Amino acid sequence: MMHRLVHPVAAPFPMLLIGCVGLLLGWTVIGLAGLVRPRSVVLAGRLLFPLGALLGLALAVLAGASLLGGGIERLILPIGLPNLPMHLRLDPLSSIFLLLLGASSFGISLFAGGYFRVGEGTAPGLLCLQYHLFLAAMGLVLIADDAYSFLVAWEVMALASYFLVTTQHRIAEIRRAGFIYLLMAHVGAICLLLCFGVLQGGGWHFTFHAMRSAHLSLGWATVAFALALLGFGAKAGLVPLHVWLPEAHPAAPSPVSALMSGVMLKTAVYGMLRVGLDLLGRPVWWWGLAPLILGLFTIVYGVLFAAVQTDMKRLLAYSSVENIGMVFTGIGLTIVFAGSGLKVIAALALLATLYHCLNHAFMKSLLFLGTGSVLHATGERNLGRLGGLIHRMPWVAWLTLIGTLAIAGLPPLNGFVSEWLLLQSFLFTGHLPHAFVNLLIPMAMALVVLGAALAGYVMVKFYGVIFLGQPREAALARAHDCGWLERIGLTWLALGCVALGLFPLQVIRALGAVTHQLVGAVVPQSSSHWWLLAPVPDRSVSYEPLVFLTATLAVVLMTVLAVRLTYRQRERRGPAWDCGAGNLTARMQDTAEGFGQPIRHLFRPFFQIERELPEPTDRAPRYRVVVRERIWRLVYEPISGAVEGLANTAARLQQGRISVYLLYSFLTLLVLLAVALLR
Amino acid sequence: MNAIDWITQVLEVVVAVAAAPAFLGWLNQCRAWLQNRRAPSLWLPYRNLHKLFHKEALIAESASPLFRIAPYVVFGTMVVAAGIIPSMSTRLPLVGSADAIALVGLFAAARMFMTLAAMDVGTAFGTLGARREMMVGFLAEPALLMVIFVASQISSSTALPVITDHLASGHLGLSPGLAFSAVAFILVLLAENARIPVDNPATHLELTMIHEAMLLEYSARHLALMEWAAQLKLFNYVCIGFALFLPWGVARAHIGPIGLAVAIPALAMKLAVAGAALALIETVSAKMRVMRIPEFLATAFLFAVLGLLVHVLLKA
Amino acid sequence: MTHLPLYQQLLDSCAALLLLLSFAMLSQRRVVALVNLYAVQGAVLAATTLLLAWRTGQDHLYVSAALTLALKVMLLPWLLHRLIRRLQVHRDTEPLLNVSGTMLVGLVIVVFAFSLAQPITRLASTATRSAIGIALAVVLLAFLMMITRRKAVSQVMGFLSMENGVLFGAMSASYGMPMIVELGMALDVLVAVLVLGVFFFQIRERFDSLDLHHLESLKEHQ
Repeated sequence: MMHRLVHPVAAPFPMLLIGCVGLLLGWTVIGLAGLVRPRSVVLAGRLLFPLGALLGLALAVLAGASLLGGGIERLILPIGLPNLPMHLRLDPLSSIFLLLLGASSFGISLFAGGYFRVGEGTAPGLLCLQYHLFLAAMGLVLIADDAYSFLVAWEVMALASYFLVTTQHRIAEIRRAGFIYLLMAHVGAICLLLCFGVLQGGGWHFTFHAMRSAHLSLGWATVAFALALLGFGAKAGLVPLHVWLPEAHPAAPSPVSALMSGVMLKTAVYGMLRVGLDLLGRPVWWWGLAPLILGLFTIVYGVLFAAVQTDMKRLLAYSSVENIGMVFTGIGLTIVFAGSGLKVIAALALLATLYHCLNHAFMKSLLFLGTGSVLHATGERNLGRLGGLIHRMPWVAWLTLIGTLAIAGLPPLNGFVSEWLLLQSFLFTGHLPHAFVNLLIPMAMALVVLGAALAGYVMVKFYGVIFLGQPREAALARAHDCGWLERIGLTWLALGCVALGLFPLQVIRALGAVTHQLVGAVVPQSSSHWWLLAPVPDRSVSYEPLVFLTATLAVVLMTVLAVRLTYRQRERRGPAWDCGAGNLTARMQDTAEGFGQPIRHLFRPFFQIERELPEPTDRAPRYRVVVRERIWRLVYEPISGAVEGLANTAARLQQGRISVYLLYSFLTLLVLLAVALLR
Repeated sequence: MNAIDWITQVLEVVVAVAAAPAFLGWLNQCRAWLQNRRAPSLWLPYRNLHKLFHKEALIAESASPLFRIAPYVVFGTMVVAAGIIPSMSTRLPLVGSADAIALVGLFAAARMFMTLAAMDVGTAFGTLGARREMMVGFLAEPALLMVIFVASQISSSTALPVITDHLASGHLGLSPGLAFSAVAFILVLLAENARIPVDNPATHLELTMIHEAMLLEYSARHLALMEWAAQLKLFNYVCIGFALFLPWGVARAHIGPIGLAVAIPALAMKLAVAGAALALIETVSAKMRVMRIPEFLATAFLFAVLGLLVHVLLKA
Repeated sequence: MTHLPLYQQLLDSCAALLLLLSFAMLSQRRVVALVNLYAVQGAVLAATTLLLAWRTGQDHLYVSAALTLALKVMLLPWLLHRLIRRLQVHRDTEPLLNVSGTMLVGLVIVVFAFSLAQPITRLASTATRSAIGIALAVVLLAFLMMITRRKAVSQVMGFLSMENGVLFGAMSASYGMPMIVELGMALDVLVAVLVLGVFFFQIRERFDSLDLHHLESLKEHQ
C-alpha cells in the first residue's frame, strides 16, 4: 500500500538519485577505510580526505544537473525495519542543498586533509570516520522522503558532529560544550518527532508523500508549524535556542566548525522550508510572522554579541547566528507573501533566502578555515594575542579578506547579492492585505539594514585585529603560512564567494526550479542580457555586478596609472609616527575589547557585563571584561532549576529498599488493572 | 543609449572629480566669512593636492600592501559613485549596473578599506579612528539606506536616476515622508563627511578626531588621494541630496547641449547654496562629545524610519 | 507619486511637520529651544487651520487660526520665555530615558496610534482624515515627553504640545470643534500656564530647584 502512495505516476529511472546514494555510500566507505590505520595522518590526510572532497565535488555536479533538469526522482530502498523501506527523493529543493553540501564540502575536505595532525585528541582515522559519516548523514537528511529515514539521518548527523565537536575531549570545557550541543540537538529532535507525528494527520503513514496529502485542521497545522520552527530553529541557532552554537563552534576543530556552520545549519533551513512550504501545503500568512520576528531579533542579537567577542571562533559563531536570522527573516517573508497570494514576491523572498544560504556556506566556511589556519600557526584563539599576521601568512590573510568583505555585504561580492534581493523583496511588497504587516515591514527592513551595517563593524574588528596591525605577542613572529592542500581549499571557497557575487543571474536561473516547486512562481527574467540582474517585474530595479566591478577596477587602475605616470616620486619606509613620544608598542593598539567598546556602551541592556578595572597605582595593570548573555539567567537557569527540582522531588521515591520498589510495581499493576477493568 | 548619454556620463564623473575640491574650498570660504575670518582661496584645496602629489611618500615599516592599495580603492569607489549619482542628467548608461543600494554598498566598501588601512600600521590613533569611523558607519549607513528607501517607495525604483526623474516630474512633490528623510539625510551627511557636530575636519586633537585619526599614517600621494576621495565623498553626498530632495534642473528628456546648458548652471547654483547652508550649520553648532554621536545618528536613523512609516501610513 | 490636489499635499505635509516637531521636542534637551519648537508647532497648526478654512469656507476656522496664532505663537512663548529667564532654567537634566530610547518608544507609539486611528479614518469624511493618526500620535508623544522629563517646565511644554495635538485631531476628524469649546480650551491653556507659572515660583521657593523629583519628598511630610 505504501508503495502505491509513493508512486503516483510512473517515474523516470532515478539515475541522479542513485548516483547521489552511491556517493553517500562512498563517503561512508572512505570513513571506514580510515579505521584501517587509525593513527596514520598520511592515509587520512593525503588520501582519504582529498578523495572525500572529490566525492563532494561529484555530488555537487549531480545535484546541479538535477537542479537544471528540474525533475523529481524517487527511490525506495528495502533497508531498515520490515515493511518500513527507506524512501528517497531528489527534487529541486533537495538538489540545491545537496549542491551546497557538495560544493562547500569540497573546499572544507581538502583543507581538512592538510589540517588534522597527530596528537589532537581523537586519532586521525577515527576523525575521518566521524567526519565522513557526518557528511553522509547530512546528505541523507536532504534526500530522505519519509520521517523515519529523515530522523535517523538527523540523529546520525547530530551524533557524528557531537563526536567531532569533542575531538579534544580531554578538556573539560569542550566536554561541556559538547554536552550543551547534544542536549539542544535532542530537544530539537523531540520537537521534530512530535512535528512529524502531527503531520501524518491520523493516517499513520510516515512518508512525506502521505503527509503532503494529509488534511490537517488549521489548529493542528499551526501546531505542526510551531513544532517545526522550534525543532529546526534549535538546530539552526535561532535565538533563544542558539546557546549551543557559540559553545560548540569554538570547541570543534576548524574544518568541523566550518562544516557545522556552513552546511549543518542549512540542513535545518532545508527542513524548515520542507515542512513549512512543502509538507504543509500552502501556508497561512500569519505563520510567517513568527520566523520573521524571531529572525529579526536573531539578526540584531547575533551581530551585537559578535561585536563584543574576544575569541575569534566565538565571534564567527555569533555571526552565524546573525546570518541564520537573516535566513529566517527571508523564510518568514516568503510565508507571509505566499500565504497572502503574492506569488512572485514570495518567490523573490525565497530566492533571497536560498541565495543567502549558499553565500553563507561559502563565506563562513572560508572564515572558519581561515581561523583554523591562524590557530594552527599560532595556537591562539584569543584576539587579544594576535595581530599583524598578514605579513606572516599572506595566503590565509588575503583569501580571508575576500570572505570578510563578502560577509560584510560589500558589492560586488556575494553577500551583497542576497542582501540586495532581500531588501528588494521588502521594498516592493506593494500593499499587503494586512495593515499591521504593512507597518511591520518598514521596521523589519530597518532592522535588517542595521544588522547588515553592524556586520561590517564586526568584520572590520575580526580582520583588523587578527591580520592587521603589529603582532601583539612575540611568538607570532614564528607563525607560518598554511600548506598547499589548505590553500587549495581556501581558494576554492573564495572563488565560490566571487563567482556567486559576479554571476547572480545564472544562480537565480538555477534556483528558479526551487521557487517554482515551493511557491509556484519564478522570479521573471525580464532582461535579455546575461549580466543584468533585474528581478522585479515592471520596476526599474537592476544590478550588474560584472559591469560594476569592471568600472571600479578600471577607475582604480586608471588612477594608479595616472599617479604613476605623472608623479615619479620616491617612496621611503620609516617607523610609524609615534607622536614624538617614542617607543610605540603593539600594546597601544586597540584590543578586541577596545574595538567592541562602543557597542558594549550603546547596547548595554543586551549584555551582562563583568569588568575588572585596574587601580591607577597598579604596577601591572590588568583590564578584563567578560560579556555574557542574559539569556542564560533569564531562560535557561530557571528551566534547569525547575528540572532539577522536579528530579529531586522524584528522587524521594527512591528509598534503596527492594521491598519498597516492589511495592511501587505492585501498586502500578493494581492501578493499571483497575483502569482496564473500569473501561 | 546613444553617444550623447555616454558623453554626459563621462562629463558627470569628470565634473565631480574636478569640482569636488572647489566645493570644499567654497564651503571653507563661507565658513570663514560667517566666522568673521579672512577666507582662504577657493583654489586652496587644489594647491594642497598638488603639493601632496609632489612629495616623497613615507610609508610605515609595519604597513602591508593593503595600506598602499587602500587609497586607490577608496578614491576609485568614490569616482564610480559619482558616476551613479544623477547630478546633471538622469539618462546615465550606468543606471542599470548599480542602484542606490549598491551605492551605499560602495560607500561601505570605501569605509571598510579605509578602516582596515587605518588598522594596518598598528598605532593607537589608527585603531581609534577606525573604531570611531565604524561606530559612525554602522548607524549612518542604515540611515542613508532608509532615506533612500522612502524616495524609492515613492517612485518604485531603487535606481537613483529613475527616482530623480520621477520626483522631478511630479508637481511640487511635497511628500511628508520625504520631509522626515530630508532631516535624517542632513544629519547623516554631516556625520559621514566628518563635519562639525560630529567631527572637526580642522582638528588633530586626539580626544575628538575621527577621520583625521585614520589618515595620520598617510603622506604624499596616498594622503592626496585620501583627501581627494573625502572631498568627492562630500560632493557625492550633496549630489545625492539634490537627487532626492531638489531634483530640479537636471537634464531629463531632452538631453544634449540644451539640457546640459541648463543642468550645469543649475548644479553650480545648487552647490553654491548647499555649501553656504552647510557652512551655516557648521557655524551655529558645536562639536559633540564622541559618545553623543551614536545618539545623534540614532536620531537620524529613527527619523528615516519614521519617514518610511509616515509614507506608508499616509498612503494607506 | 499619487496625484493628490495641491492643498491635500500641503495638508499632509503640515501633518507630517507636526509629527516631526513632536519628535524634535522629544529629543530636545534645551528648554529655550523647546519653547521655540512649541511656537513653530503652533505656527504650523495655525497654517493648517487657515488652509482648511480657505478650503472649506468655514468662517469660524479663520477665527480659530487667528486665535492659535495669537495665543500659541506669540503670547504663550513670550510668557514662557520670560518665565524661563526669571527662573533661570536652561537645560533639562538627564531625562529618565536616553534620547534614542525615547525615540524608539516614540516610534512604537506612532505605529500604535496609526493602527488605532485606522477605523476612525475609515469613518471620517474630511479631507484631512489621513492625519487623524498623526494627531493621535502627537498627543501620545507629548504624553511620553511629560513622562520622561524631570523639569517642571518641560512637563508643561509636553502638556501644551498635547493640547496642540488634540486641536489638530479635532480639525482632521471634523474640521474643528464648536467655537465655544475652542474658545474655552484657549482660555484654559492660558490660565493653566499662568497658574503653573505661579506654581513654578512656589516650587522653586520651597526646594531651590525645579527638579520635580523633589516633590517626592512631600510624601514624608504628610
